[in-house]
Amino acid sequence: MAIKIVVRRPLTFAERTYLPQIIAGLKVTWDNMMRPPVTLQYPDERPTIPKNYRGVPTLIADTNGREKCVSCQLCEFVCPPKAIRITPGEISETSDNAHVEKAPKEFEINMLRCIYCGLCQEVCPEEAIFLQSQYSLTGLTRESMVNNKAKLYELGGTLPDNHHKWDKKKEEAERQSHEGH
Amino acid sequence: MVTDNKPSLVTINVDGVEHQVAAGANLVDALAKIGKEVPHYCYHPKLPVAGNCRMCLVELGSPMRDRATNELVTENGKAKIGWQPKPAIACATNVSPGLHVRLESPTVKACREGVTEMLLLNHPLDCPICDQAGECKLQEFSAEYGRGYSRYVDEKNAKPKKTRLGPRVTLDDERCILCSRCVRFSSEIAKDPVLGFVNRGSFNTLTCFPGRELDNNYSLNTVDICPVGALTSTDFRFKMRVWFLKQTPSIDTESSAGANTTVWSREGKIYRITPRQNDAVNDTWMADSGRELYKSVEAANRVTFATVKNAQATVEAAFAAAADALSAGALAIVGSSHMSVEEQRLLARLAQAKHASVYIPAHVGKGDGLLVSEDRTPNFRGALVTGLTDRAPIADLKALAADIDAGKVKSVLIVREDAAMLGLPASTLAKVRSVVLATHHNVTTAAAEVVLPALTVFERSGSFINCQFRLQAFAQAVPGPTGVLPDALVLARLAGADAATVWSELSANVATLAGLDGRLLPAEGVQLDGAAFASHKFPEGKLLKFAPAVNA
Repeated sequence: MAIKIVVRRPLTFAERTYLPQIIAGLKVTWDNMMRPPVTLQYPDERPTIPKNYRGVPTLIADTNGREKCVSCQLCEFVCPPKAIRITPGEISETSDNAHVEKAPKEFEINMLRCIYCGLCQEVCPEEAIFLQSQYSLTGLTRESMVNNKAKLYELGGTLPDNHHKWDKKKEEAERQSHEGH
Repeated sequence: MVTDNKPSLVTINVDGVEHQVAAGANLVDALAKIGKEVPHYCYHPKLPVAGNCRMCLVELGSPMRDRATNELVTENGKAKIGWQPKPAIACATNVSPGLHVRLESPTVKACREGVTEMLLLNHPLDCPICDQAGECKLQEFSAEYGRGYSRYVDEKNAKPKKTRLGPRVTLDDERCILCSRCVRFSSEIAKDPVLGFVNRGSFNTLTCFPGRELDNNYSLNTVDICPVGALTSTDFRFKMRVWFLKQTPSIDTESSAGANTTVWSREGKIYRITPRQNDAVNDTWMADSGRELYKSVEAANRVTFATVKNAQATVEAAFAAAADALSAGALAIVGSSHMSVEEQRLLARLAQAKHASVYIPAHVGKGDGLLVSEDRTPNFRGALVTGLTDRAPIADLKALAADIDAGKVKSVLIVREDAAMLGLPASTLAKVRSVVLATHHNVTTAAAEVVLPALTVFERSGSFINCQFRLQAFAQAVPGPTGVLPDALVLARLAGADAATVWSELSANVATLAGLDGRLLPAEGVQLDGAAFASHKFPEGKLLKFAPAVNA
C-alpha cells in the first residue's frame, strides 16, 4: 500500500489560546447539568419493571385462591440447569379442589441454579409458573436461596385467569349429574 | 405342513414395496417386524383379537384372478390388484401370499383421523395430571395421526374420575377408550372374569360385576396394557412422571418362575416394577406380589453397616472377625436359593475349602399355575448347577440345631436366610461362633456374632436360574447403602477367591454352564440343559410356560 504523508497543519492563534475548546467543553458540561437525571439512587429508588421482564420464577394462585400448579413436572423436565425439584402429591378428597386431583406436595426452585430463561413459564400447561418482576435476590446461606412451595406462592400472589378450566369442568360434571347421568 | 422349525415366509406388498414376512402372522405384528407401525389400541399380541378400536384400519388387496380360467389378470404387464372397496382392520387380518397393503393412502389417513377424533370427543385432555402421559398410546397417536385441532363444540361427558376397581387398581372413567384389553386379560389370562362394560353409547363404562372386585394377583397387568391412563396403579398414582425414570432389566425374585421385569428408578429411588416381555418365560405379564418387592429396599430394618457382637465395626474389622469365627472348627453353612449363581459358586468354594456341610432351606408356597410357582425362591436350580448342594432343599434347620447342641458344629455361616424362623433359635445360635450375611435385621442378625450387610436384588447384579433351567441376568438398578459391598465380593473375600473370575471358572468347570458368561447374557436369557438334574424332585407344578417333568 502506498504511504501518504500527512503534513501537520500549524495551530491557529485561537487554538493556541485553548479558549474555544474550553468553552465547548464547558457547554457539554452545562447541557448535561441542565438535563433531567437518568440514574437512580438505588436502593432508595427502584426502577419500573417492564411487563415482560423475566425475574424470579414464582407460583401463582388463580382469582379464587386455588393453587394452579398440578405438579405435572414439565418445568422440572425442561429446566436447563435443573433448578426445579417437585414432589408430586394428591389433593385430599375433602378439599374444595378435589376435582383437580393432583398438586405439588413440595416445589423447590434453587435460585443459585436458576438462569432466568423462562422455559418453565413457557412450558407450563396450567399457566401456574411465572417469572415476575422481582430481580433482586440475596441470601446468607445456600438453603435460603432455595425457594420452597410456600415461598413461591408468597412471591407469586394471584394473577388474573381467563380460563378457569377446572372450575368449568366441575360445574359441567355437577350439571350432568343433576340431569341424571 | 411345515416340518422344520423355521417359519415359512410369504411375500406381501406394503405401499408398493415387497417384504418377506412369516406366513400366517397377524398383519399388525408382521408389519411391526419390518418396521412399519400400524397404530392400534385394542389389539395386543398376547390377547384374543377384539377389533373394536378401529385404529388399525388399512386398505387391503390381492392379485385378481379370472373367474373362468383362474389365471392372474394382468394390466400393463403387471398383475392387476383387486382392492377391497372399504378399509379393513389389520389386527384381524393374517398375512397371506400376495397380500397388498396400503398404509399411507388418503383413505387410511382419513380413517385414522376420524377414529382419533371420535376417541378424543369425550377425552378429558388432562394429560398434565395423568400418570400415563409419556407412555400413552392415545397421546402418541393423536400427535402422529390426529387432526391437530378440535371441531367439537358441545360439552364433554363427565364420568367418575376415581373409581376403585380393586385394592391396587384405580379407574379414571373419562379417559377410558373402551378397548376391552383389561376385560380380555381378566377372562383369558388371569381366568378371573370380573370386568365388563355396562350402559350404552357415550355412557358406556368399565365396571366390576356386582359384589366382585379386581383383586386377583394379576390385576396390575391391566394397568400395564391399558393404552390410555384409565387404569392406574394405586401404588404408583401421582408418584413420578415416567419420563424421569430409568429402566433397568431385572428378575422377579418371588418365585422360581423367574418373570422378567423392568425396574423404574430415579436418582436411587425405585418407583415401580413392570413386566418385561420374554415369550419363553412370562410373555408380557407378572404377578402383583412381585411388584411390591422394591419396598424392601427402603425398609427401616435394613442392615446398613457391619456389626461385631452388635457393635458397629469397620469393614476390615468385620472381615477379620468373620475370618476368625469361620476358622473356629467344624463349619456349617446355611446357603440360600435367594443368592445369585455367582454368589452360590463362591459360597460352594468356601464350603469346599472349609469342608463345611451346606444347608439350603426350602421356601414353599402355593403355586398359582401362572407366574408364581410353588418354590418361592428364584434360584434353587442355581444351587444345584453351581455345586453348592446336591440335595433337595430342607424344610427346616432342626438337624443343624441338633448338631450344634451335640457340639458337632463349632461355627455357622448364614447367608440371606432368617435361621430363627427355620428352627434354629437364637439361643442355639449363641452356642457357636456365627457370621450372618443379611439384608434386613431380624432375630438371627440380633443373635449373630458378626453381621455383614448384604444388598437386595435391586442393588446388585448377577444371574438366576429359573425353574425351566433358564439362566437370566438381573442388573443393578439403584446404588446400595453407602459402603455396603456386593455379596459376591464379600463371599469372595471370605472364600479367598476372586469375584471377577467366577464366570471364567464356572464356564470352565461346570458342564451345564460351559461357554457362558453371566455378565453377557442376552435379554431373554439362555436355556440351559437341565438333564443332569432330571432325577431331582422339584416342587413346581404347571406354570404359564413351564410344565413339570413327569417323574416316574
